[in-house]
Amino acid sequence: MTTTHTASTPRRGRSRLTRLLRSPVFYPLIGFVIVFALMALINDNFLSTANLTNVARQGAIIGIIAVGMSFVIFTGGIDLSVGPVMALTGTVMAGLMVIGLPIGLAIAGGLGLGLAIGAFNGACVAFARMPPIIVTLATMGICKGLALIYTGGYPISGLPAGFSFFGRATLLGIQVPILIMLAVYAIAWVVLHHTPAGRYVYAIGGNEEATRLTGIRVSRYKLMVYSISGLTAALAGLVLASRLMSGQPNAGTGFELDAIAAVVLGGAAISGGRGVILGTLVGAMLLAILNNGLNLLGVSPYLQDVVKGAIILLAILIQRGRAS
Amino acid sequence: MSLLSLEGISKSFNGVAALSEVSLTLEAGEVLALLGENGAGKSTLMKILCGIHRPDAGEVRLDDARVEFRNYREASAAGVGIVFQEFSLVPWLTAIENIFLGREPRNAFGLIQRSRMRVDAERLVGRLGIELDLDTPVAALSVADQQFVEIMKALSLDARVLVLDEPTAPLTPSEVERLFAIVRALKREGVGMIFISHHMEEIFEICDRVTVLRDGGYIGTREVAASDAATLVEMMVGRRVDTVFPPRPPLAANAPLVLEAGITAPGSAQTDRVRLRHGEILGFAGLVGSGRSELALRLIGALPASRQMRVDGREAKIRAPADALALGIGLLPESRKQQGLILPFSCLDNITLNQLGRFRHAGVLIDRGSEHAEVERLMDQVRVKAPGADSVVGELSGGNQQKVVISRWLGRVEDVERGMRVLIFDEPTRGIDIGAKTEIYALIRALTERGVSILLISSELPEIIGLSDRVAVFRKGHIVAELEGEEIDAPTIMAHATGGAQ
Repeated sequence: MTTTHTASTPRRGRSRLTRLLRSPVFYPLIGFVIVFALMALINDNFLSTANLTNVARQGAIIGIIAVGMSFVIFTGGIDLSVGPVMALTGTVMAGLMVIGLPIGLAIAGGLGLGLAIGAFNGACVAFARMPPIIVTLATMGICKGLALIYTGGYPISGLPAGFSFFGRATLLGIQVPILIMLAVYAIAWVVLHHTPAGRYVYAIGGNEEATRLTGIRVSRYKLMVYSISGLTAALAGLVLASRLMSGQPNAGTGFELDAIAAVVLGGAAISGGRGVILGTLVGAMLLAILNNGLNLLGVSPYLQDVVKGAIILLAILIQRGRAS
Repeated sequence: MSLLSLEGISKSFNGVAALSEVSLTLEAGEVLALLGENGAGKSTLMKILCGIHRPDAGEVRLDDARVEFRNYREASAAGVGIVFQEFSLVPWLTAIENIFLGREPRNAFGLIQRSRMRVDAERLVGRLGIELDLDTPVAALSVADQQFVEIMKALSLDARVLVLDEPTAPLTPSEVERLFAIVRALKREGVGMIFISHHMEEIFEICDRVTVLRDGGYIGTREVAASDAATLVEMMVGRRVDTVFPPRPPLAANAPLVLEAGITAPGSAQTDRVRLRHGEILGFAGLVGSGRSELALRLIGALPASRQMRVDGREAKIRAPADALALGIGLLPESRKQQGLILPFSCLDNITLNQLGRFRHAGVLIDRGSEHAEVERLMDQVRVKAPGADSVVGELSGGNQQKVVISRWLGRVEDVERGMRVLIFDEPTRGIDIGAKTEIYALIRALTERGVSILLISSELPEIIGLSDRVAVFRKGHIVAELEGEEIDAPTIMAHATGGAQ
């Protein structure tokens, strides 16, 4: 009788290589390296420390949003509301500071609002069994409108100087937005890969019915992932408001699509169940160097969107080939 | 000259040999049984025949001419049709639309000629000698009728070779008879058929010859008339299978009640009552569609119902399968692929999914080392044939997939803190070869010795009779009889199941 032990031992060595090749991060990393090398070859300024730091800082906002988006997409869902949630929570933080609340309380208010909106999305999806794309499309519109109503359409400025810490300061020689982003990724990595909750996230995306029947409270974890998405959107709102030192009601436009693109470029399956958080980080940074490199090259913004779109299509095409 | 011959076919995946030098021949108007345990290579061989896989060595000859199909389209154009276990019909299209899907006859303007499709479809219905509503969306048809649509789809391409991959598995006995009538009609027309089934009586009823595979190798071919079941089973498993069912120890007369459930479906006036004693196996017998699986799903909270439940004498509330799990009640569902397993995930991920709390360290983290060791131990205990805990479940054979599901629940049973009281096995041996069946029966029996009570849903009467301490017979959605001891025999069960006892 073949036992699992004797059969598995000699396979370990080879399986490590196949595991690397099968790893969802492998292809995104190769894509990243190619684009990085191209940009470095074409443009002399690209490799300067100043520019690279700039890339990472610009990528941090999408990078942070993409963490919550990853949780949602790994369960097979989608969250279209993150852009306006970021804008709304950013303006609310700014508004709370302007009326005199301490910075800490204002931030807590903004983050709490993001969490609440996310939980609302999650409740609609998990308990009312509504399709995620419709629910979050609706909250996307609602949050966009609320941000404009709250601000009257104008940016809220005149924020206390201390608030600039989250978007502009450096700590230990590293920009704070980058540190925040890395911290969020580290937490997400631990949750997704080392806790039961993370397993359930993947399991729901892999086969929701089987996961439910085996005794997992699927609704609870769906509520969780949308809440996380709302929270990371609000965290991105904090970083953005701090960098701009104002609450911008229109700031979030199109960010949901960039966040989804980052997750997909990172090797995740849009149908759920497959993907890793490190891939999302690579995807977000890939988008950032694309934006930056195309800017340095003086490519027109209109053409930039075309190029980005084409690269996303190419990435998905490569993934398809790999999956089959 | 044979209609079809496969000669010396070999195929390996990722360096693992799935087939080595397998040959078979098929004559016109013949039904050839292809027999072998799950994982013996039957499906791979059929996929090579149909151009879905390409062989590493060997050749396929049709009418003595070598053919190399690059895909299923080429195979079907050459007259080789296959009806898979999983149907490939579009549920909301009608039978006619499904039959001609992708190659609808067109008129001069490029528009679909519905009238011609209908004439052709009706001719096919006549040819098979069946009655079938061609204008209903196939989702509304019975499983048997859906299968007939699949067969018609293959025949509409003038198939001369037709592969039927476990066609009888989802069918009721009377539907099997209808299928066999079709097989006989096609036989008379000279169609050669390859028939895959685990049921010996079907092979003896309908097949002319039988080719046996084992572990990817060719074992032999016999005339069915000159063979017997014991010989074929021995060829399949390479050893004599004497006692299929494990001995049944008498149930303690004072075994306490573990589960008392009164289940009422929404809108139904009738409450079905289930009582289960400690270490008892209660069989749910009945025809396919008689409501056994639905009752199980309602019991664990996966389908809506009003439930009055007592577990170990204490009142219990169940609203979701997670509540049932917390009470120690678990279900091994009928459809492993859709309801039981996450196919793209590893054995490890599938097995520990509902017991990650066992490997907790530092508060909330999972201790991967002890998890991995435990999974390998469970897989050894259940004898899952897989390279290791990290093997992808979807790549295992049906029997081994079922063993992975059993490993999961065995892990729960052995979990001292949480434990299990009741396990519901829904068709645990469907699509599983005889060798693995015997092992699964032994595992089920062993569970009762550990104090677990079993609800066994099965459409195979020998299984119900061989394992159950008591039997509840279902008819039209409800329990109509409870049998015990000497009452448990095939005629009595069938009489209640078909309504013949009234």
